[in-house]
Amino acid sequence: MKGILSKKLLALSVTGLVLGASIFTGCGNNTEEGTAGEAKKVEITNVSYDPTREFYAAYNEEFKKYWKEEKGEDVEIVASHGGSGSQARSVIEGNEADVVTLALARDITAIENEGLIESGWIDQFEHNSSPYTSTIVFLVRKGNEKGIKDWGDLVKDGVGVITPNPKTSGGACWNFLAAWAYADKEFNGDEAKIKDFVTKLYKNVLVLDSGARGSTSTFVENGQGDVLLAWENEAFLTLKEKPNEYEMITPSISILAEPSVAVVDSVAKERGTEEVASAYLEYLYSDAAQKLIGENFYRPTNETILKDFSKTFNLNMNMVTINDFGGWDKAYNDYFNDGAIFDQIYTAPAQ
Amino acid sequence: MQQQIVKVKNKKGIHVIPGFSLSMGVTITLLGLIVLIPLASIALTASKLSPMEFFKIVTDKQVVSGYIVSLSCALIAALVNSVFGVILAWVLVRYDFPCKRIVDGMIELPFALPTAVAGIALTSLYVDKGWIGGIFAQAGIEIAYTSIGITIAMIFIGIPFVVRSIQPVLEKLDNEYEEAAAILGASRRRIFFKVIFPEIFPAMLTGFGLALARGIGEYGSVVFIAGNIPLKTQIAPLLIVSKLEQYKYADATAIALILLIISFLILLLINIIQVRTSKYTNS
Repeated sequence: MKGILSKKLLALSVTGLVLGASIFTGCGNNTEEGTAGEAKKVEITNVSYDPTREFYAAYNEEFKKYWKEEKGEDVEIVASHGGSGSQARSVIEGNEADVVTLALARDITAIENEGLIESGWIDQFEHNSSPYTSTIVFLVRKGNEKGIKDWGDLVKDGVGVITPNPKTSGGACWNFLAAWAYADKEFNGDEAKIKDFVTKLYKNVLVLDSGARGSTSTFVENGQGDVLLAWENEAFLTLKEKPNEYEMITPSISILAEPSVAVVDSVAKERGTEEVASAYLEYLYSDAAQKLIGENFYRPTNETILKDFSKTFNLNMNMVTINDFGGWDKAYNDYFNDGAIFDQIYTAPAQ
Repeated sequence: MQQQIVKVKNKKGIHVIPGFSLSMGVTITLLGLIVLIPLASIALTASKLSPMEFFKIVTDKQVVSGYIVSLSCALIAALVNSVFGVILAWVLVRYDFPCKRIVDGMIELPFALPTAVAGIALTSLYVDKGWIGGIFAQAGIEIAYTSIGITIAMIFIGIPFVVRSIQPVLEKLDNEYEEAAAILGASRRRIFFKVIFPEIFPAMLTGFGLALARGIGEYGSVVFIAGNIPLKTQIAPLLIVSKLEQYKYADATAIALILLIISFLILLLINIIQVRTSKYTNS
């Protein structure tokens, strides 16, 4: 009988090998092509996070045109999307990205800490290297039966909230901090009351998905909960797809989410793509790209272009930034580290 | 190395079948590259922690609850699979019916389907607004986002292990034994429990062990249906992902190491039971 077990194991390991081999060859391809082409052709890889897929698909076409006109060089852009944290880890572990465009400055700092990105990257481009911003809004079902208008309504009995877990989804840290910012203002900084507020809020969370897209499908496809805490751009995409089923609510206060971009210096140097890689990020600030950003429901950082989209975005929201929490390192330690405030919501004894 | 192996096989003298050293070499290399070295690297990364740190991480309230959720759901799922696996294998081996080949092939689908797809499909079926979940919701039973949901996902991914372990044994089982038992006046129930069941029991154990081990480590399909509420429906593999998200590699491997040890002990225990039982059945 032992034979069956070991045969199964062997079969499994062989399958593993085949899969492993196919992954290796799959990854190997794109890097080789770039250097092989003799004509004026250059390839860069942009490692990004999930909800930017649609925007970068459009932007890459725009940049290709621009670079061809400017330098007469064809540029091939490989785009990779996934959870922000796992994308950062893949770069640390050797995924050769020329540029990273991630959800949190913290994820880029993690790459910097491995020596792949030079310090000071956050000042390399304008606006803390954030060419676009977004914020956290509420998505409710048409009719808004529970009458949800602001953060205060989320802690009421019987309101089902859907939001991802900040411990598995970097982007979800923004959701938590936005709620914290509201309570901070409401209770004039009384920490016990603020904690009580966010605890109540997270007790109303029905499903704590591991990522933002998971939460969206829990709310939209599976019909769970009354309100989804979502990135503004994601909420717009849902509205665009199903305009008659959902409404967007902008709370009185929220957080300005600043997704950051950076050139991965060590990789760009090695592949000789420094010039095109920084141009790729620099061009995100051009008028054409800023317009494209607005059309894809991110908020352009260019004030004039942002005003052009004043019909789309609620520009009167009261916004805090990560600096109000003392920067990412401090915020992460205070709120999301093991045993910190977020964990206490669940592990603290019930009052 | 070679010396030892030859020694073990020396009862019959030289190997009759050629190619032993070559195939054994390939086996050891493969096992080393694919199984042993990665496993060793887990132990190595975890060893960066001091024993105190290690202990603190793996006894954390959330982590312990994660182990309990993963283990208990996997255990129930493996038990359910053992019962239904026997029935499925029995039907597939003993009866002829239309589309038997297709049904037989369907058993393997849980292997072929990416686990995330399985998880999303199961969730949308079992939520209180889904096809199946809706029926149970009327009776006041919630499936998705509870431990029942986690168990269902684990049943789904574990069923092929049990069926495919039992099938070949049932196929080889000679009808003569049953006929003899029947002639000697044994009831149908007695034939099954005294003649057939002891034969397939070791295979069932193998399937049970594999399904259990798979369930304990399962992430992709479970994470969608679990709800992931800390201390309630948070599985251990999710905690590993959460540690990775915080760039705490050593912490993540510490949790993984305990999972690995649990799975290993279970498989070892099952192997020991099998050796014992096969002494009786094969002699």
